[in-house]
Amino acid sequence: MIVEFGHFALVLALAVAVVQMTVPMWGAYRRNVALMAVAEPAAMIQFVLIAASFAALTYAFVTSDFSLVLVVQNSHTLKPMLYKISGVWGNHEGSLLLWALILALFGACAAWFGGNLPPTLKARVIAVQGSIGVAFLMFMLFTSNPFLRLAVPPLDGMDLNPLLQDPGLAFHPPFLYLGYVGLSMAFSFAVAALIEGRVDAAWGRWVRPWTLAAWIFLTIGIALGSWWAYYELGWGGFWFWDPVENASFMPWLLSIALLHSAIVVEKRESLKAWTILLAIMAFGFSLIGTFIVRSGVITSVHSFANDPERGVYILMILAVFMGGALTLFAFRAGSMEAKGLFAMVSRESALVANNLLLSVAAFVVFIGTIWPLLAELFFGRTLSVGEPFFNAAFSPFAVALAVILPIGAMMPWKRGEILRGMRPLIPAMLLAFAVGSLVWAMQTGRTALGPVGVALGIWVVLGAIVDLWSRTGRGAIAGRVARLGRLPRADWGKATAHAGMGITVFAVCAMLAWKTEDIRIVREGGSYALGPYEVTLTSVDEVQGPNYQSTMATMVVRRDGVEVTVLTPEKRFYPVQGMPTTEAAIDYGFLRDIYLVIGDPQDGGGYAVRSYIEPFANWLWGGCLIMAFGGLLSLTDRRYRVAAGASRRSAAVPAE
Amino acid sequence: MIVVKRFLLTLMLAAAPLAPVHAVQPDEVLADPGLEARARAISRDLRCPVCQGESIDDSNAPISRDLRLVVRERIMAGDTDAQVIDFVVSRYGEFVLFNPKAEGANLILWLAGPSVFLLGAAGAFVYIRRRGQPIAPDVALSADEQARLRDLIGK
Repeated sequence: MIVEFGHFALVLALAVAVVQMTVPMWGAYRRNVALMAVAEPAAMIQFVLIAASFAALTYAFVTSDFSLVLVVQNSHTLKPMLYKISGVWGNHEGSLLLWALILALFGACAAWFGGNLPPTLKARVIAVQGSIGVAFLMFMLFTSNPFLRLAVPPLDGMDLNPLLQDPGLAFHPPFLYLGYVGLSMAFSFAVAALIEGRVDAAWGRWVRPWTLAAWIFLTIGIALGSWWAYYELGWGGFWFWDPVENASFMPWLLSIALLHSAIVVEKRESLKAWTILLAIMAFGFSLIGTFIVRSGVITSVHSFANDPERGVYILMILAVFMGGALTLFAFRAGSMEAKGLFAMVSRESALVANNLLLSVAAFVVFIGTIWPLLAELFFGRTLSVGEPFFNAAFSPFAVALAVILPIGAMMPWKRGEILRGMRPLIPAMLLAFAVGSLVWAMQTGRTALGPVGVALGIWVVLGAIVDLWSRTGRGAIAGRVARLGRLPRADWGKATAHAGMGITVFAVCAMLAWKTEDIRIVREGGSYALGPYEVTLTSVDEVQGPNYQSTMATMVVRRDGVEVTVLTPEKRFYPVQGMPTTEAAIDYGFLRDIYLVIGDPQDGGGYAVRSYIEPFANWLWGGCLIMAFGGLLSLTDRRYRVAAGASRRSAAVPAE
Repeated sequence: MIVVKRFLLTLMLAAAPLAPVHAVQPDEVLADPGLEARARAISRDLRCPVCQGESIDDSNAPISRDLRLVVRERIMAGDTDAQVIDFVVSRYGEFVLFNPKAEGANLILWLAGPSVFLLGAAGAFVYIRRRGQPIAPDVALSADEQARLRDLIGK
């Protein structure tokens, strides 16, 4: 009964979304206040209906209702409760429902928080958001309905893939979707502004918080996914340049570009057309990501028709929304006249450089991801594009970005001077260079990646600190320190996010350059040296888990005879899915992680054991969190709220 | 590995053929650390032919083990890195190369990024140059705006 209720709510949500898409749009065209007013309740009702539907599906999973195909395929009575709940979105149909829920949530948020928007813009934004909802709800109901029943329910389910039964992964998809779908707001604002025919500073200010929120969620989502890959997959890798990862990375890069170009629109009324284009493309890449993930076209070039119906449908959504928005853009872009003037050396130019590097970086990731497909289609060549290509083609742009970041961040608007602008940064530059060279000298014969990472990290982090400090003006130190606390949160957010980026760049280089690896056979009771540590395999035991059997090793790590930690790496076997998993045991440290993996028993006795020392691993995810926190600081800046009040007053005056 | 990662997000394969990684086994490791390091570097750039997204260094598939052993045999036989890679490609095709060769149509792939960057940089340069000069004289204020301006100055 509850399941039928959820199914019905979903169909009803589609009907409401159709109303939300059409009526306010027509109302905005006719300047009819009553019709435009439909937008708000429609957006909220759509959200409530999809939330009810989502709750019904969750109920089915929690109570193990095996009359639902989806529950049978992805759940099991013995599965821990957390994974029964995360199983709701741990599959294609359920994750689409989560996607639709978040889409509707953003639409409803626009209705709730959009009080300061001009009425026609608000109606159009919500209507465009509704149209995306229509597309995805139809996709779900016609090709991927989560509420399909079985005539004869089985006694138990087939369980969730054991690799997905993990707390890190339980929360990875929701964050990622909040990011992906959050970019739909930027898209809706862009399309609404194009229909409206007006892009001004206020538009830049309105679109920025939504993009910022989407970017924060994307950052956390990607970091969670990368962390999961690190501890779950068993060899300490954190990024694989896999098409699915790239699918989330491209919108992330473009959303950073969008964040920065929207600043130029807001402060200087320039780069309008480019910003609109970025807003459209950022969501476009979210859709492309959805296509890559759900059609199976790109990862497995050989099973082209993995799920043709779904793939074709998403391609149609992509074609309609991108085609429509870009056509509209082509007609209206010319009328978006830029106002602010600026010189070659200025903050504006620095942000243009930032946008150029980020967009090209995203493009490189894009072409690398789809090249196997293109090469097969047009040249009949079956080939692969992997890590070496991305390292070579992507890294230069990332490095260039880190190099110009501190200089650009301190450049004055309109007109600046390179040398004068860089003067406060000279100590940071010298220090970065000196420490980088020192590291280079100390590690003779190893890759240059480590020293470069150190230098870039110091440069960007110190640059962020100098930037913040320079905001406090001149005068006595005490006065400047006091002023530091009174700086706007946006300044703190900027410095924090930039510093987080520096830390992440450093950690990526450090992990790639200085990882220690050891592979060997160890017998019970045997010891071996790992860097400065001595590791002893004391015992290997069979342990029974809730829905798996485990082979658990107990390993003692000592340094100079003193016990550092006891780690218990496992090999698990999940009988329902017939699948083994490796559970690495990690001693998380500030400067390094000790990472132990137990492998198969060997013919001659003993076990294969893999050990790694991962330098600065926590800095990588810490850097991502700091970046996201910086975004959050900016999001709570008072200026957004003050501006909201101010524009409400001006919006009361009839437009034009 | 990567297929597993894909799995988690696509959530469509009912039973992934591979599980967690065991990859390089202790009995494969060469005695000479220098040669072993070369073998590892080469095998990280070679793709497992049957498991979609993994390098033979990460893969658990039997064919990857065979390939790892082949790579080590060739190295022991005195081949250079390029010769080892050519040897494997001659048997399994360019599909196994994670680092696509910069030749023929692949030049499009390799040059796409730099050329788009140069085009974009040129476009940005022209745009910024134009933003540097006032394009049109400021439009005169309307009567309403004049009145408002007088009003403001008057205060």
